[in-house]
Amino acid sequence: MDNSRIKKATTHVAQNEELLFERSRAGRIGYSVPPLDVPEQAIAGLIDPALLREDDLDGMPELSEVDVVRHFTRLSTWNYCIDHGLYPLGSCTMKYNPRINELVARIEGFARLHPLTPAPLAQGALAVIHSLEESLAKITGLAAVTTQPAAGAQGELTGIMMIRARLAERGNPRKKVLIPDSAHGTNPASAVICGYTVESVPSNAEGLTDLDALRRLMNEDVAALMLTNPNTLGKFEQKIEEVCRIVHEGGGFVYMDGANMNALCGVARPADFGIDVMHLNLHKTFSTPHGGGGPGAGPVAVTSELEPYLPYPRVVRMGDGLTLDFDRPKSIGRVRAYFGNFGVLVRALAYILTHGDSGLRQATETAVLNANYIAHHLSETYDIPYPGRVMHEVIFSDKKQLKHGVRNADISKRLIDYGFYPPTMSFPLIVQGAIMVEPTETENREELDLFIDAMRSIDQEAAENPEILKHAPYTTKVGRLDEVAAARKPVLRWKGEGGSAGKRADSTSSSA
Amino acid sequence: MANTPEELGYTKDHEWVRVSGEQATVGITDHAQQQLGDVVYVELPKVGERFESASPFGSVESVKAVSEIYMPLTGTVEEVNESLNDSPERVNTDPYGEGWMIRIKIENPGEVDGLLNSIEYEDYIKEEAAE
Amino acid sequence: MRYIPNSPDERRSMLESIGCERIEELFEQIPEQFRLSEPLGIGPPVSEPDLIAHFRRLASRNATDCVSFLGAGAYSHHIPVIIDPLISRAEFFTAYTPYQPELSQGTLQYIFEFQTMICQLTGMEVANASLYDGSTAVAEAVLMANRVTRRTKFIFADTVHPQYREVASAYVKNLGLTIETAPHTETGTLDLSALKVDKETAAVVVQTPNFFGCIEDIKSAADAAHQSGALLIVTMSEAMSLGVLKSPGDAGADIVTAEAQSFGIPLSFGGPYCGLFATLEKYQRQMPGRLVGEAFDAEGRRGYVLTLSTREQHIRREKATSNICTNQGLFALMATVYLATMGRRGVQEVARQNVQKSHYAAAEVAKLDGFSMRFSAPFFNEFVVRTPGAASEVTARLLDQGIVGGVALECYYPELRDCLLVCVTETASKEMIDRLAASLGA
Repeated sequence: MDNSRIKKATTHVAQNEELLFERSRAGRIGYSVPPLDVPEQAIAGLIDPALLREDDLDGMPELSEVDVVRHFTRLSTWNYCIDHGLYPLGSCTMKYNPRINELVARIEGFARLHPLTPAPLAQGALAVIHSLEESLAKITGLAAVTTQPAAGAQGELTGIMMIRARLAERGNPRKKVLIPDSAHGTNPASAVICGYTVESVPSNAEGLTDLDALRRLMNEDVAALMLTNPNTLGKFEQKIEEVCRIVHEGGGFVYMDGANMNALCGVARPADFGIDVMHLNLHKTFSTPHGGGGPGAGPVAVTSELEPYLPYPRVVRMGDGLTLDFDRPKSIGRVRAYFGNFGVLVRALAYILTHGDSGLRQATETAVLNANYIAHHLSETYDIPYPGRVMHEVIFSDKKQLKHGVRNADISKRLIDYGFYPPTMSFPLIVQGAIMVEPTETENREELDLFIDAMRSIDQEAAENPEILKHAPYTTKVGRLDEVAAARKPVLRWKGEGGSAGKRADSTSSSA
Repeated sequence: MANTPEELGYTKDHEWVRVSGEQATVGITDHAQQQLGDVVYVELPKVGERFESASPFGSVESVKAVSEIYMPLTGTVEEVNESLNDSPERVNTDPYGEGWMIRIKIENPGEVDGLLNSIEYEDYIKEEAAE
Repeated sequence: MRYIPNSPDERRSMLESIGCERIEELFEQIPEQFRLSEPLGIGPPVSEPDLIAHFRRLASRNATDCVSFLGAGAYSHHIPVIIDPLISRAEFFTAYTPYQPELSQGTLQYIFEFQTMICQLTGMEVANASLYDGSTAVAEAVLMANRVTRRTKFIFADTVHPQYREVASAYVKNLGLTIETAPHTETGTLDLSALKVDKETAAVVVQTPNFFGCIEDIKSAADAAHQSGALLIVTMSEAMSLGVLKSPGDAGADIVTAEAQSFGIPLSFGGPYCGLFATLEKYQRQMPGRLVGEAFDAEGRRGYVLTLSTREQHIRREKATSNICTNQGLFALMATVYLATMGRRGVQEVARQNVQKSHYAAAEVAKLDGFSMRFSAPFFNEFVVRTPGAASEVTARLLDQGIVGGVALECYYPELRDCLLVCVTETASKEMIDRLAASLGA
């Protein structure tokens, strides 16, 4: 195979590494605990032996500190990450995770602070929450913010709960939530947990909300419209004012999924165009690390009409200091214990302060520039189902390559050999063979050019030798894995040598 | 090209029906399994459950998709193909045989006339593809 | 802005290459009246040294140098030094959810290891890749029990963490599910004789050790639930107890949820933490959250993939088992590294020390005039002390001496005005415990 066109990546030796349980050897110790300094008593005298475990934690690994460090270091080398380069997942906003944010979140005064510390002894932490809530209110233009929700999806849930509570107080919680067909799957899933049914709003030929359809669907059963703006096609809802007016005149609320706020931050405020409630993904727009799947944080911003319904407790000013307000009779209650993902909040605040007004705007402008740069330079090579300028992300399809029998999945797997993580695939659902690219502002021009080159080169390969693409990637620790077999007979935990499945408490000691 | 046995009845939701007296055997068509790809799981109802015609009675899953399966005729489930729990691939390899899903007691024999025959079903697949 | 690599000249030239003169042209999709002309009002950018100073100043207004006996769902345990450098490897913390398995084997393998160890500890058959935290994990368990049983009534022991109960209430409020509360006995555990499980009951929810620190009789609770066809959900806010206590799985639990903060996760004012969720294989397709499974490539090499994804929101949308999108990836890694480092022996040793030290402390405090143990049930590392007068006055007095004495229970249980919840882990030295006793007795 000719790999001479691959510029960004080369192959290198990767270490094999078995599972912790296979590495375990009886008698190895990786921990250090001081000797017990109180008089020891027989445990059976303190706790009824019937309540004690008898399995001696059989199966748990026994490893030295060196074994553990090698194990996880080797595992880490099999991952791609933003520090390797462009991570163009659309709607995921994979931007650089500043190291200073990690540093400040680890300051002992934050990291070691117990959540039930009395408020007078936690003024610094309450100030972080208060200051972040104020900053996010300015960014969205909305009246008040809660930082309690643990993730974007939980923010959606919180927002819809507040809408329901408000409508119930007006006398009728209503029955339905309208969601565009291009929306993230979390939107309908969240609406359902709030007791609503979901109705889909079609997109028009430009990929925007079909206003006639919206007018038809809007009635006194509709509690809210959940809208992503810019939407998952990377397009701004140009008739957003009209969209909001239709919903408001029908007595409903407009919820905005803030997943794509990296296209607006510092440039436009959702409150100005009529949004009532929205969540922000701090792990997207505000650079907190994705961590291989979490933690994130999903603060929710609301109008003053919805403010009384925010989850309790609220961090409020009292005299010179801050305190917690639990006396919130209209509140929807609590959606997470304590104060949400506080460590994530510290990082997001550090990001916002580092940028300031000018930096936030510049970040947004550059993110939009980078997306349009990729769109422009690949527009000859790949089909763009909704052409024209985009905001922070661009959606291609595999239509042109399909002529050679090459699908978006094949393109994405071959991109891996070129040294890139693949874009978001097969989403939004309204685009057949979607390839959704979001570069963010933290990529330099060389990296964008390498990506453009790689995509063009793969298109050439599709024409010249499509078979190459169908078995890619070739350079990773494992090739394409048999997901069908994995789903038919799921093996979801290690079941000992030879994989013998036992019911509960398997004997997995490898020292035997 | 999908196989469409002449002796069976069909629906626009891509189920097939083999009627035998008061009982009918139901599965999904060869065309449907081709569209779904490798079936990894089949969710089926319990014996004794009753469903109206055209209401969903179960679902078929591939790795990244779920499709509901709809009742071709109103009736009560008398038998369920338990072998699909361990071997869902039978829906792919033998959709009209070992890949059958449920046997039902037909409640309203008049509904049988509403099923498509094999030629009508093949035409319907062509129409769908053209859209 | 140092996070934006391209210089102004480079940005200008890129703009030209796509046929634009001004950056504003790219924003013409946004109706003009909505384009901001004013700054947001956040202020000017803050430099690196100034930012560090700012956060250090804020952090100094948090008191973390007190001798603390706070527990109640968040526990102070020693965190092995190697955890932070390992989870700080960019390949872990700057990666996304492992959608492309070929480039995510590191993440996928540790999640598989995590799932395995959670099964070993809880005695369950299948564990997911983690949920947000202990409180939301209970809410998810409730929704799952409703799917499995198609019943709508839930009975929560009143000794389940009050904040967990509040979260569950908020989640079920709009779904036609009801939550009843079952009282505790004078010994401090669920009053089984008052438990009214009926044919409408989807699940009984019990916490062990419970909010008072008392260890529940899971087997009897399971029997009571199962008699009427209900499930038993066991939740734990102190997962370290699994080092010595019989696993909920062995005692008959159907769903086990827990807060894994004790496994190497900093207190961090309440989060991020890591929720555990485990159940039996027969219910695995009803589980919320991500699952990782074993898979092989064409050459027979072993790897791991996200699997059973059809349960999830990105495929099943409004019919998904949960709205949750990701797991708590990096914090599941912390727990995995913790459990690997402590291992089979270390987890037991830490759990043993918690039992010993808390019992020493309880005995010392109970000796004092006017103080006594409120409950008699066995406990792990937390216990409730009856104080002379309001517990909140006792804690205020202790604060003056630099001791955070515990949680005054009155705010959660008004009838327990003279009750203080004290937590003693392996991080409390004998000297600290003696100081607490001396200050209380003074």
